[in-house]
Amino acid sequence: MADLSVRIGSLTLKNPVIAASGCFGYGLEYASSVNISALGGVAVKGLFLNEREGHAPPRIVETPAGMLNAIGLQGIGVHRFVKEKLPELRRLGATTIVNVCGSTIDEYCEVTRVLSDAEGVGAIELNISCPNIKEGGIQFGCSLTGTYDVVSAVRKVTTLPLVPKLTPNVTDPASFARACEDAGADAISLVNTFLAMAIDVETRKPKLTNVMGGLSGPAIRPIAVRMVWECRQAVKLPIIGMGGIANATDALEFIIAGADAVQVGTANFVYPLLWADMIDGINTYLDRHGIARVADLVGKMER
Amino acid sequence: MPVDIPAAVIGNARLTPEYNVLSLAAPGVAERAAPGQFVMVKTAPGLDPLLRRPFSIFEILRDASGAPVGISLLNKRVGVGTSLLYDARDGDRIDCLGPLGRPFAPVDPPAEAWMVAGGVGLAPFATLAQALAVRGTSMTLFYGGRGATDIFHESFFTDLGATLVLTTEDGSRGERGRVTQPLERALASRPADQPVTMFACGPTPMMRAVADVGARYARPTFVSLEPVMGCGMGGCYSCVVRVTRPGGTHLVRSCIEGPVFDAASVVWDALKGGH
Repeated sequence: MADLSVRIGSLTLKNPVIAASGCFGYGLEYASSVNISALGGVAVKGLFLNEREGHAPPRIVETPAGMLNAIGLQGIGVHRFVKEKLPELRRLGATTIVNVCGSTIDEYCEVTRVLSDAEGVGAIELNISCPNIKEGGIQFGCSLTGTYDVVSAVRKVTTLPLVPKLTPNVTDPASFARACEDAGADAISLVNTFLAMAIDVETRKPKLTNVMGGLSGPAIRPIAVRMVWECRQAVKLPIIGMGGIANATDALEFIIAGADAVQVGTANFVYPLLWADMIDGINTYLDRHGIARVADLVGKMER
Repeated sequence: MPVDIPAAVIGNARLTPEYNVLSLAAPGVAERAAPGQFVMVKTAPGLDPLLRRPFSIFEILRDASGAPVGISLLNKRVGVGTSLLYDARDGDRIDCLGPLGRPFAPVDPPAEAWMVAGGVGLAPFATLAQALAVRGTSMTLFYGGRGATDIFHESFFTDLGATLVLTTEDGSRGERGRVTQPLERALASRPADQPVTMFACGPTPMMRAVADVGARYARPTFVSLEPVMGCGMGGCYSCVVRVTRPGGTHLVRSCIEGPVFDAASVVWDALKGGH
């Protein structure tokens, strides 16, 4: 049995496999069928200060080896989350990573403050990369100064591990990774979804009400692996990699490219009970290759 | 608690060039299923199609001793996934996650149950009819389709004691026209002191029409909705429908708060997509 533990700032994950934000509800939806305490972490759905309704359906459409989504960050707001969801996540022993959204830097800071005062938050994932909302999010994530400003502002209000989640919709993600490192982040996660769209040629209407959405799933995996590898060359921070991971082999590919941990999103929609197999598969691989710690495999691509 | 089973195909009855009933060995799903629940079906291995599709559990299949051994799905071929299920062969493995969703609440006598089905919308009513028969509840199936080839399995319901009212839009079987025509006549002639609860599943305009007459005659009405669904577990927030709740209207996930909804709570103008 290899050592699967992963350090993200002051937080230790049991293993490198995390349920991705926006793909696992608030975690509790899965608690009757998945032992959520056995996951490396549970990244819950993005939270603003207040409740948010999201976009009109249809909100998803399937595309080759992937899907587009434009959910629009429907959510219950940070206060209801802390009251209604967090105590149960804590009781179940989940390592909870809260995805924090904001329309302004002040809102990011306020949501983070509320979470920092609550019991049971393992880390803050700063969502500066949702492609589907007009205000906030991507306007920070697509600008180097915007990224630096929001990360450094949130850094000042929390001692929790701070993990900005980066967009792939930029030319050079590694420069954004450096901006996060300079601003005091503890780690980065990438990639969020790729801005995309699909049209019904018969009706000539967009397949999503929001017209544009984010592409996820196996279709994006090679691009995400490349971006993780580029960021690994640029920063020393721990990296949480994601993008189309569906099994242990996919997860290992990201780890070898430079990810310390991984997140699984779209694959969970298809195989919600996949977690134990993925974690076991990583362990089996490490044993088979005589690698004592998963940390020893991070970024060990042979050339 | 749902289970995910690589279910073997144990039968595929092709009823018409469009419709088939697919039987799957899935004891873990069958033994847990309640009327009106659904399963998420991976119609092919691999990445195409990538996502699962929701299907109502049609029948609970039982062995000679009565033990649940599998389920059947009523399938209408409309796209890639449903065509794969139409073409499935015995022995194929089809991943089947379920049972999922909130079931129908069957009613007891003296209330009657009126089921209103449009085409493939018959699917959730076989399990409901069985539950009603066990309770001794009188039931009527109002069953409509475009033509005679959209009507099948009616003997399953009459064998359980259901009264059958058939309509087709082309008049090739039963009354010509929409299923809501005889439904409305029946509502008009039923004394107000004789309770009846309606259950509807079919195309959205049909369910909306049933909701309207149900409201007009002040009869409790439940609909089984099937919007585009990503995961079936409450994880993705894609299958939301707008419903009225205390304090206003909300977008709720039909996979975990439905698929069965009180028709009076559904904001029909907001309902788009699905099949």
